[in-house]
Amino acid sequence: MVEKLRALIIGPGNIGTDLLMKAQRSDWIEPVWMVGVEESEGIKRAQGMGMKTSVTGIDGVLEHIAADDIRIAFDATSAYAHAEHARKLNELGVIMVDLTPAAIGPFCVPPVNLAEHSAALAMNVNMVTCGGQATIPMVHAVSRVQSVAYGEIVATVGSKSVGPGTRKNIDEFTRTTSAAVSQIGGAREGKAIIIINPAEPPLIMRDTIHCLVDDEPDQEAITQSVQDMVAEVQKYVPGYRLVNGPVFDGNRVSTFLEVEGLGDFLPKYAGNLDIMTAAGLRTAEMLSEEVASGHFALPART
Amino acid sequence: MNLNGKRVTLHDMSLRDGMHAKRHQISIDEMVSVACGLDDAGMPLIEVTHGDGLGGASVNYGFPAHSDEEYLAAVVPKMKQARISVLHVPGIGTLDHIRMASDLGASTIRIATHCTEADISEQHIGVGRDLGMDTVGFLMMAHMIDEAQFLEQALLMESYGANCIYCTDSAGYMLPDEVTTKISALRQALKSDTQIGFHGHHNLAMGVANSLAAIEAGADRIDGSVAGLGAGAGNTPLEVLSAVLHRMGAEDGIDLYKIMDVAEDLVVPMMDQPIRVDRDSLTLGYAGVYSSFLLFAKRAGEKYGVPTRDLLVELGRRGTVGGQEDMIEDLALTMSAHSD
Repeated sequence: MVEKLRALIIGPGNIGTDLLMKAQRSDWIEPVWMVGVEESEGIKRAQGMGMKTSVTGIDGVLEHIAADDIRIAFDATSAYAHAEHARKLNELGVIMVDLTPAAIGPFCVPPVNLAEHSAALAMNVNMVTCGGQATIPMVHAVSRVQSVAYGEIVATVGSKSVGPGTRKNIDEFTRTTSAAVSQIGGAREGKAIIIINPAEPPLIMRDTIHCLVDDEPDQEAITQSVQDMVAEVQKYVPGYRLVNGPVFDGNRVSTFLEVEGLGDFLPKYAGNLDIMTAAGLRTAEMLSEEVASGHFALPART
Repeated sequence: MNLNGKRVTLHDMSLRDGMHAKRHQISIDEMVSVACGLDDAGMPLIEVTHGDGLGGASVNYGFPAHSDEEYLAAVVPKMKQARISVLHVPGIGTLDHIRMASDLGASTIRIATHCTEADISEQHIGVGRDLGMDTVGFLMMAHMIDEAQFLEQALLMESYGANCIYCTDSAGYMLPDEVTTKISALRQALKSDTQIGFHGHHNLAMGVANSLAAIEAGADRIDGSVAGLGAGAGNTPLEVLSAVLHRMGAEDGIDLYKIMDVAEDLVVPMMDQPIRVDRDSLTLGYAGVYSSFLLFAKRAGEKYGVPTRDLLVELGRRGTVGGQEDMIEDLALTMSAHSD
């Protein structure tokens, strides 16, 4: 049994709590601290799950980093808060896995570019957004077959699965996802749209991916590539499913997905939480594996 | 009903909501000539944007003939008295679009969210206020919640800095009593200097009646569209509403004959299809479905061999909201597969 990398989670809301539940089952990561800014339901939950907690934000935990050998921090707060968290924790040699749309570090969408990050690990890796994690693999599935002039994604999520951080910063969601559709998805131009739907019972996350390809689409190759990629994502998000498509209309290729979660913290409709937390955890686990195999040296500590 | 002496600000939608009915293909010349005609007829506010708001250009909603920048740059300098407004839907457009519209001289920004999701508008309302714009909170599909829930959302938008709140009947589903109840709830609880607006669709032919109910209950601004050019069976036809208001002695500042001529001479000839209550647009109103789904459902229905009405009813049953145009093709594919 290898030694797990010890981690803290900032933000005891929906994302942070779901991540904690998944991390507690991990063979590679051991969550130790949950960091919040006030006594809250989320902090109480984390205490109940055996976590050390801080209610004075990141400053309340800085003195414990070395003693508790914290090597990884997951940030599940907001794009605005992230910059300060990253600065203070990076100084102490803690690697950030950023689940906010701050996008300070390079984007990581595991089935597309986790291998690249494994080769050159940054001190800050950004997980794009839930919409990005759900859709960018599909843009890539098309762009690895033939060139994509324009990629557009529409992510529809149940109202109850969207926390206050995302609501306050919805513009960061839109812009960060658009940028990653192009940078990681491989479309020359990217656009992202997010829709919040309050229907009861809540709808399962739905995602539509439109690609405009330069030449006549190779229908057979694209269909195969899309199905292969769905299988790849299902390895860490079992409820990632193709509902319709890919359908072809001239040079447009459209794929319709739903993402059902594991139901760890929020019910199964909130696949948007699962795909984000599962991708973030997968990235941290990969780091831990690289450390265990001697391919990556953690920042030195005295 | 006594509206004698009431002042009402009419707000034309033909060049924004009308973009839905024109598949976003209105030419620059058409846009300028309609806007100038409305300006000359005394229309105080004219909306100019992609049908789905700033940044709406997309596969999902349709690529427009010209960008929002091009339309605004062409129209704004031509206005003698009218002010130009733009629509913005958080999650579709970004703050940069709002800054662009303000730079080009748009003076009113309308931030639109689904009626239960006002708290995604804080950033955008804040930027509108910072830019010194007339900043409106636009709560869509307002028929889906009761007046107490609706008021709660309106108060959020007001607290973010909106100086006007709209009750938006995106599906053309409301009847006058519901309009009265919702507008009255706003008028009683919002600050006295916060204005109130109503945006109707004519899917049940209630556009004019609902607008009158709104004015009686305290609405200051009424959206409509010259010749009704808008999504679904169109918006409240403004030349008709204006004629009714003149008969009732309300003051809208509109030259009735001039707006009648804009409708007949400029807008009707632009229409790709008659804007009227037919069985599909009637279904929107009857089933409470977002009006701009209409043409998408007709196209998907034809392509996949599914009756448009069945598609619209199922979209309503599933509780789809504004912006979910992607679910129309998805549903048509699913229904078509099940009928094989």
